[in-house]
Amino acid sequence: MEVTDIIKAENLIYKRTPLLTENILSYCPGCGHGTVHRLIMETIEEMGIQSQTIGVAPVGCSVLAYQFMDIDMQQAAHGRAPAVATGIKRVMPEKFVFTYQGDGDLAAIGTAETIHACNRGENITIIFINNGIYGMTGGQMAPTTLAGMVTSTSPYGRNTAMMGNPIKMTELVAQLPGTYYVTRQAVHTPAAVRKCKKAIRKAFENQKLNKGVSFVEVVSNCNSGWKMTPNQANIWMEENMFPFYPLGDIKVPEDSL
Amino acid sequence: MERDFRLMKGNEAIAEAAIRAGADAYYGYPITPQSEIIEYLMAEKAYDRTGMVVLQAESEIAAINMVYGAAACGRRAMTSSSSPGISLKQEGISYIAGAELPCLIVNVVRGGPGLGTIQPSQSDYFQSTKGGGHGDYRLLVLAPASVQESSDFVELAFDLAFKYRNPVLILSDGVIGQMMEKVELKPQRKRLTEYENWSTTGKTPDRQRNIITSLELDAHKQELINIRIQAKYKRMQEEEVRYEKILCDDAEYMIVAFGSSARICEKAVHVARGKGIKVGLFRPITLFPYPSKPIEEMADKLKGILTVEMNAGQMVEDVRLAVNGKVKVEYFGRLGGVIPSPSEVLNALEEKIIGGK
Repeated sequence: MEVTDIIKAENLIYKRTPLLTENILSYCPGCGHGTVHRLIMETIEEMGIQSQTIGVAPVGCSVLAYQFMDIDMQQAAHGRAPAVATGIKRVMPEKFVFTYQGDGDLAAIGTAETIHACNRGENITIIFINNGIYGMTGGQMAPTTLAGMVTSTSPYGRNTAMMGNPIKMTELVAQLPGTYYVTRQAVHTPAAVRKCKKAIRKAFENQKLNKGVSFVEVVSNCNSGWKMTPNQANIWMEENMFPFYPLGDIKVPEDSL
Repeated sequence: MERDFRLMKGNEAIAEAAIRAGADAYYGYPITPQSEIIEYLMAEKAYDRTGMVVLQAESEIAAINMVYGAAACGRRAMTSSSSPGISLKQEGISYIAGAELPCLIVNVVRGGPGLGTIQPSQSDYFQSTKGGGHGDYRLLVLAPASVQESSDFVELAFDLAFKYRNPVLILSDGVIGQMMEKVELKPQRKRLTEYENWSTTGKTPDRQRNIITSLELDAHKQELINIRIQAKYKRMQEEEVRYEKILCDDAEYMIVAFGSSARICEKAVHVARGKGIKVGLFRPITLFPYPSKPIEEMADKLKGILTVEMNAGQMVEDVRLAVNGKVKVEYFGRLGGVIPSPSEVLNALEEKIIGGK
């Protein structure tokens, strides 16, 4: 059988959503960002809400997300995406507004904005990519860096007595009355990707209900920052990240149980 | 239509004017001496009157970033604060200037540095007119000298902000913000119903996606953005200079002062005229663009210029630049929240300008 026999239209079972632009992703091969971008864009396509969605991507590896997502987008200052999203959603409550934030952004410099947007119960979706490291700036310690984990600013491993403890923001925001749906997912296996997509879909659907923040953490690898191959990084993530950041729903709306 | 006069504080006048100017959103955080602005908007139920969003943010930083979000949707968005809070907002203001978004920022200045005092000051002149945050940018700065101007400048500020896609700052101070005067209010203007074609309101099939960003990693492209932004500031300098001249036609001496200092100096000028001193008052209304040319044009006719500022001498640098050595320029001011009296101003004029050689 020739290649041309295989790539016929009738054999097509999957294709790139047109809501992802044709720009080449700036992410390292093996990184989870690209997969999560795809899931969000597929969700927006499937819900038919491209014309009603505004995304906010602050500083971090994903600061250039607007080059890859074919929707109206705002680039925000480091940590400020939940405040920017609040500003948008308050003047356009009928639109779908989401932020796409890394761990340094959401759990360190933007802690106040995250906590208060969640506490006010803004009707937005927060996608939180947690890879335990500052990827864009070259692998420095993040608020979510595990105890003992080696980074460029914890070169002998994170010493919690000296450098503090990794923070579980997702458990923290689940305590707030303004969050409606809080979950932790991953995208390192096909099964995890399918689960994660369901969670993202729910997090967007929830905006129609006006019941508060939907918060989706995605525990992801950073093979470049972790100095591993993508495969090693995924194994390391399962063995080290998941025990501390266990996957699954943390807060599920009572009316949806 | 019947004219609408009220007795109001400067801060309240700004809040009322914001509702009437058809503002879409106010995001703020309490700080003395400007908290009346958000208090008034909440008490007036601005959201019931016009649908305007009024939200108390968790910080100055969050408030200015909420303004960023709403402004990027093409809305008339504003915030207000006082000096320490405005310092906190500088990151966001730089991003707003870099992303070329229109918005209104009000600074009701108090004395610094640091936590300083809650008393009135003009010590944020440099911060307001020379950039404030990081990067090469300017705000268009309007300095009201009365409650009436506090009110009038709100609608003007929004219109200028949209004309230039640039943040506009109303530089008030603790005197103007807290004192009560008669003010004639403008009629209610409608909120926007159509939004600029660059705004992020959701990508429709008939257009490309709209991206609001201040990021450009390619230095050569970033330079082009900077050149475009600088051209905008040049256009402001050509088209938006505003000032007032009082008794300047036959003046031998001139006081240059803005905001509440100008009010004090106006009194000093009248007292001086009573003593036979031919002095006039030049009041810059836009602090950026600065009225350099009109001041320069006066220079040949004058024997001396005194700037009066509630700071350690900031605007005096711009006056000296404007006259470029043609005439002597001296400064008088009080610091740290102390308000100069008209007699102190007159003494300074006599000692530093008229008596001084």
